[in-house]
Amino acid sequence: MSLLELKNVCMTYGKVKALQDINLVVEKGEWLALMGPSGSGKTTLMNIIGCMDKATSGSIILDERDLSNVSKNELTSFRRDKIGLVFQQFHLIPYLTAVENVMIAQYYHSMPDEAEALAALDRVGLKDRATHLPSQLSGGEQQRVCIARALINYPMLILADEPTGNLDEANEEIVMKIFHELHAEGHTILTVTHDMEVGKQAEKCIIIDHGRIAESKYNR
Amino acid sequence: MLIALLAVAIGATIISGMVTVYYDAPQQMGREFRSYGANMLLVPTGDQQWLAESDLQGVMGLLPTDKLVGIAPFLYEKIKINEQPILTAGTDFDQVQKVSPYWQITGKWPATGSKEILLGAELAERMKIVPGQSLILTTGAEQTETKAVVAGIVRTGGKEEQFAFMDLSLLQKLLQKNEQISLAQVSIVANQTELQTLADKISEKNPMLAPRLLQQVAHSEQTVLKKLQALVFLVTIVVLLLTLICVATTMMAVVTERRKEIGLKKALGADNKAIVLDFLGEGCVLGALGGVLGIALGFFFAQSVSINVFGRAIAFSPMIALFSLFVSILVTGIASLIPVRIAINVEPAIVLRGE
Ligand SMILES: Nc1ncnc2c1ncn2[C@@H]1O[C@H](COP(=O)(O)OP(=O)(O)OP(=O)(O)O)[C@@H](O)[C@H]1O
Ligand SMILES: [Mg+2]
Repeated sequence: MSLLELKNVCMTYGKVKALQDINLVVEKGEWLALMGPSGSGKTTLMNIIGCMDKATSGSIILDERDLSNVSKNELTSFRRDKIGLVFQQFHLIPYLTAVENVMIAQYYHSMPDEAEALAALDRVGLKDRATHLPSQLSGGEQQRVCIARALINYPMLILADEPTGNLDEANEEIVMKIFHELHAEGHTILTVTHDMEVGKQAEKCIIIDHGRIAESKYNR
Repeated sequence: MLIALLAVAIGATIISGMVTVYYDAPQQMGREFRSYGANMLLVPTGDQQWLAESDLQGVMGLLPTDKLVGIAPFLYEKIKINEQPILTAGTDFDQVQKVSPYWQITGKWPATGSKEILLGAELAERMKIVPGQSLILTTGAEQTETKAVVAGIVRTGGKEEQFAFMDLSLLQKLLQKNEQISLAQVSIVANQTELQTLADKISEKNPMLAPRLLQQVAHSEQTVLKKLQALVFLVTIVVLLLTLICVATTMMAVVTERRKEIGLKKALGADNKAIVLDFLGEGCVLGALGGVLGIALGFFFAQSVSINVFGRAIAFSPMIALFSLFVSILVTGIASLIPVRIAINVEPAIVLRGE
């Protein structure tokens, strides 16, 4: 059984057809890159897969559960247990330190555990920056805190919308290296990117155009 | 947030201040109104002429000392002053000053135990006498003559202006009426019902005494107080409403400002309950902080009102403090309801869309 299966998924915002007839299968351990021009529907798709929005029609099966007819509360607990999110703008809480920003994900999931949070920061090479505020960290470091936060609750699926979009090349490399490591460890990853070079590093590229899947190809 | 804290603090200031004044004012006002004179007369029962001075001691024991403003004995008798028959009263000038603080004196009050005289203004004018002049008092069957000095002239706006006043013991001695008085004026802080209860108690324990209530003043006292309390109540309600609106708007601004953060927390798996608890918790802390601040300020506010208006300090009341704290927390809680609703409706999807 695949980890994620989308069948005929459509999403409309009023008259705007953001997604039309999306069919997609993601296997456990795969690393997919979603690519396409601006406004093509990549973020919309991420929101649906990440249990943050409900599709207008079609079925989404995540870990053998059909998401098309569950309540908002169930969607929340699904998101909490199965999804790890990495954002282009990092979205760290400005008045919390790096380790506290990781612990807040633990807090809403189960119980904050500082030792575990510190280990997660160590994992992304930020052990010595644990007590720093986001404003005291570089963009690349903030993104690594964000990745540590996404990993802390052992998600089945990591979603990253333009994770390197706000980073310079050096930091992009560090972050991509972490994604490679995660992939090697067997994590299932979905990244959205504009950058062909970044897209190529994934196992598989899905090109979206005008809300439809235009192309799907393996990288070598 | 600071503005909301300030709003709550001001709200709590007004509440605790107003409530203190609300409960304290009747007492204070009572004392204040007592400056308009006695509200109880003690006269002899039946067709007796005199009261014994010692009876007053018994009455004093029946009255609550913290409520008693003063009790002034009077002995009335016509005596000859400079060969003219004048209605003269012997009294205790210290007590008169307490019972009738509105008496206006030109010159000075006679000293207790002295042979000094206080003349009513009308009488003084008729006799053409000014303070410092001497008078001859003629009393008794033997027409004994005593020299006395006019210490002062008194204006009251009432019939006292036709009287001459002297120390009670002096008049008693001149008339050989030791220990005797005609009546006593009592000024006591009490409302109409309390006054009646006291009067009943007095007449029960002292069959020689008939207490009479001087109703009019006491009655208008009550109406003025009632109106004042209604006004204070109204002001408090309005201030509470204003606080509510102010806190609600600030909290709303805070929620809007933190839309991203709320969305993020939801994206990280926070359910509505967690979000509600976050904000209500914050609201309660705000309410408690503002409340404590306000209670302190309110106490000083009430204190200064009390000292400046009534000339008397008030005690800190833990009951009022607790009540104000409770109201502040309640108000912030209610004010948080709408903002919390907005927070619940924030969609987690916004965090991926870089609005
Ligand atoms: N909340 C919304 N209400 C209305 N229309 C929306 C909403 N969100 C997205 N859209 C529309 O849906 C379409 C797809 O948007 P989406 O954000 O998924 O694009 P994208 O591929 O992520 O673009 P970008 O690369 O610029 O991030 C766009 O035409 C957008 O205007
Ligand atoms: Mg996008």
